[in-house]
Amino acid sequence: MTDLAYVSPRAGSRSTGQRLGRIALRWLLYLVLTLFALWFLMPLFVMLTTSLKSLDEIRTGSLIALPREVTFEPWLTAWGSACTGIQCEGLKPYLLNSLLIAIPGVALSTALGAINGYVFAQWRFRGANLLFSLLLFGCFIPFQVVLLPMARMLGLMGLAGTIPGLILVHTVYGIGFTTLFFRNYYVTIPQELVRAAKIDGAGFFRIFWSIFLPLSLPIVVVTVIWQFTQIWNDFLFGVSFSQAGTQPVTVALNNIVNSTTGVKAYNVDMAAAILAALPTLLVYVVAGKYFIRGLTAGSVKG
Amino acid sequence: MTARSVLAASAAVTCLALPALAEPQAEVLHWWTSGGEAKSVAVLQEEFAERGGTWTDMPVAGGGGDAAMTALRARVLSGNAPTAVQLKGPAIQEWYEEGVLADISSVAEAQGWADVLPDQLAAHMKCDGSWCAAPVNVHRINWIWGNKEILDANGIEMPTTWEEFNAAAEKLQAAGITPLAHGGQAWQDATVFETVVLGLGGAEFFQSALVDLDPEALGSDTMVQVFDEMRTLRGYVDDNFSGRDWNLATAMVMNGEAAFQIMGDWAKGEFLAAGKVPGEDFTCSPTPGEGYLYNVDSFAMFEVEGEDKRAGQELLAELIVGPSFQETFNLNKGSIPVRSDVSLEAFDMCAHISAEDMAADSENGSLLPSYAHGMALRGEPAGAITDVVTAHFNSEMSSEEAVEMLVNAVAAAQ
Amino acid sequence: MTKWLETQVPKLVLAPSFVAILVFVYGFIGWTAWVSLTRSKLMPRYDFDGFGQYAKLFSTPRWDTAITNLGIYGVLFIAISMALGLLLAILLDQQIRVEGAIRTIYLYPMALSMIVTGTAWKWILNPGLGLEAMVRGWGFEDFTFNWLVDPNMAIYTIVLAGVWQAAGFVMALFLAGLRSVDGEIIKAAQVDGIPHWRIYTAIIIPSMAPVFLSAFIVLAHLAIKSFDLVIALTGGGPGYATDLPATYMYAMAFSRGNLGQAASSAMVMMAVVFAIVVPYLYSELRAKND
Repeated sequence: MTDLAYVSPRAGSRSTGQRLGRIALRWLLYLVLTLFALWFLMPLFVMLTTSLKSLDEIRTGSLIALPREVTFEPWLTAWGSACTGIQCEGLKPYLLNSLLIAIPGVALSTALGAINGYVFAQWRFRGANLLFSLLLFGCFIPFQVVLLPMARMLGLMGLAGTIPGLILVHTVYGIGFTTLFFRNYYVTIPQELVRAAKIDGAGFFRIFWSIFLPLSLPIVVVTVIWQFTQIWNDFLFGVSFSQAGTQPVTVALNNIVNSTTGVKAYNVDMAAAILAALPTLLVYVVAGKYFIRGLTAGSVKG
Repeated sequence: MTARSVLAASAAVTCLALPALAEPQAEVLHWWTSGGEAKSVAVLQEEFAERGGTWTDMPVAGGGGDAAMTALRARVLSGNAPTAVQLKGPAIQEWYEEGVLADISSVAEAQGWADVLPDQLAAHMKCDGSWCAAPVNVHRINWIWGNKEILDANGIEMPTTWEEFNAAAEKLQAAGITPLAHGGQAWQDATVFETVVLGLGGAEFFQSALVDLDPEALGSDTMVQVFDEMRTLRGYVDDNFSGRDWNLATAMVMNGEAAFQIMGDWAKGEFLAAGKVPGEDFTCSPTPGEGYLYNVDSFAMFEVEGEDKRAGQELLAELIVGPSFQETFNLNKGSIPVRSDVSLEAFDMCAHISAEDMAADSENGSLLPSYAHGMALRGEPAGAITDVVTAHFNSEMSSEEAVEMLVNAVAAAQ
Repeated sequence: MTKWLETQVPKLVLAPSFVAILVFVYGFIGWTAWVSLTRSKLMPRYDFDGFGQYAKLFSTPRWDTAITNLGIYGVLFIAISMALGLLLAILLDQQIRVEGAIRTIYLYPMALSMIVTGTAWKWILNPGLGLEAMVRGWGFEDFTFNWLVDPNMAIYTIVLAGVWQAAGFVMALFLAGLRSVDGEIIKAAQVDGIPHWRIYTAIIIPSMAPVFLSAFIVLAHLAIKSFDLVIALTGGGPGYATDLPATYMYAMAFSRGNLGQAASSAMVMMAVVFAIVVPYLYSELRAKND
């Protein structure tokens, strides 16, 4: 902890003027923080208020204004009866697809990242650094580049248009980041620990299982948050590698929001957008605390 | 007959009968996801189900079909093509050349498509002489929509030349009204551009410049004038037009914030949805100049495995061009039926104008495919032209510069 | 034998990931490189055609715009996100009462995809609907904020929304970094009466070098992949003023049916990534080995 501003050892001996200055500074600090908070909240505010207005009110009123009359109709529509094509079942059926893709995708890529990170951090071998660099570089490949060859591969593997296919894609392109996270975390664990365990006769998996895994909670949280956000919010893979029945929620959301003709129901659009984002928002709100802790615990020590 | 031979015979009958009995299946990739359109597609699905078929819906909206085309490529490459895909214009032939389209000539011949579809439109549905796509509707692109009240109040007649339009616009501007509602998206810029090309250059010029891509026409003085007019039009648009969706521009005309909009006849749906009456609240007339720019939506059938899917394709093709679907769909969508034998009784006055003009322009040789909506050109040259048009419209570029860029861009795209 | 197997276990464990990356990253880059040397249109074709696509790419004004934009966007996005992230982290580190809530507010944009927030941003930035209209409504008639519709300024709105999305995440990284600085050193400095701001500039920030690198790598990755952002906010407009290489490539591959051209632009993009990432990896890993 870097408790700087609050208790300075010599604060007590300062004059009243200085104390007043200190209080003013403190107010200024809160003011600045609040202003930034408002800036960050603005889009969410616009979305939320719009989703609670009737279409007439949106047409006539200012966009940045509280609803005169609150209606939950758009939310119900977005959830259960908005049309995404000729099916008018709202986002409901697609959320399940997204979960079916995201949960195994997150689990697999996290597990692989953990074991890879363990090797790179504690079981170095000749060429390990090169391998690690190759793996990391994979993080940076623009996804538009891989769409078409990936489609061909999935076809050859018989996974075209299926949920396992999408899980595979997300796992493969998630490995780079998850490995990076775990490796940077495990590097901070002293090698003596491994050496001592080896002398006791513990093997590769045994050490991982009983020493490293129990220490990993903070970094697992970081990785899960990161991967879940990436997979849940993905549109490009979702739209390219799915077929009717396996489309994730972002594709359905896009169908609701990006229809180019006809009357636009902005309130339903906004409600649908918030609904689709709810799981990731929830993860951030609930696990946000652990996120910072996990990062503090070592992932950023490089 | 022994029991054994009865068995054999019935087995043979079953085998023969199977293909005909296969339950039609169709997975349909389209981007008609908004209210009216989705309703229209649902009509098709119901007819399909009544005939014993199973319809799997695969909608992908966004970017005027861009996202759907992304999905389509991935699906085709993975060997898992959808049964039927919303495709139009030369893109149909492009996909045919990749060897992935199915031949639906048997349906077309059995249903006598050749007799009911205008020749010029039917040509878009053929690949190397055989039928490979089923047309749904005809949209007219070169419409100019007006707010009747504003026009009457300012004593403005519907302009028939671009000069008249400019004069009317000056008058409106002086009265404090935005003359032209426009959304600054590349395809909307291109839509206005092509109506100006048609209006100032005429049908022949349009054909040689935007269909045949004749460098002389593209680099001509007429084209300089077209860009001059685009610059003039830019002055008639309000400040916030960038990125505006077309339906918001339509709303501006509806609410009296602007007088005119240049847009295809899907804009009519917006007026009708808001309870406006054609001829009373809003006017529909062709943009200044002679000619008819069309956009024909259609479905192409992809090569698929399985008797049930093939049966689905044939049934789908039959229903799409069938008179009952043509009527219901187009009433919903704002377009007119592509068949010439569908009664227009239930349609409004704008649709009647559209149908009459189409017949007349077809005879005069001024029935032309829209470039801005992917009917005249393949993706690459069309995109190259749009790049120049939108760059010019959104900058201070001179018309001469734009014409030079246009010639170069088109040459590079061929 | 078992002994040998034992020593090989780490490598065997890595093998599946490595094979996957080899095929799905390097195999596909190779594929793209090959397609960029062909005249592939709608679908890939594999007849070698030389470097024509690259020549065409560099003579296209739209590509110039895209590359310039990537430069402007990349530099500003990374610099501002870093600066703002650091500032917010330092401010939040002053024993703030409701730190948890504020942190979550700063962090949440990262949870949302731009498909979700794009429309809201479009409205806020639109002069006729959003901020400008609102401030004018308060009586400041001369207030102008029309970047979104100004071809010369539109790219900065992309920066604005990009920073909005990423700044909180960078703040989290820096905050974690600040919290892991050794408290003893700071206490000692305080006892010596070193001013508050000097403690930050002279002690804390320099000790966070690895955090800067981590933040840089995450931001660079976001900048290069920025795609949804542009599509949702401006669609590349006005004109093509806010095109980025990723959107250019997408347009060529999927709406124009010109795969060869798309592949060549992708290769140039990859080269840019390579030029940025490799020096980083080099320095990062070398430091580790010492």
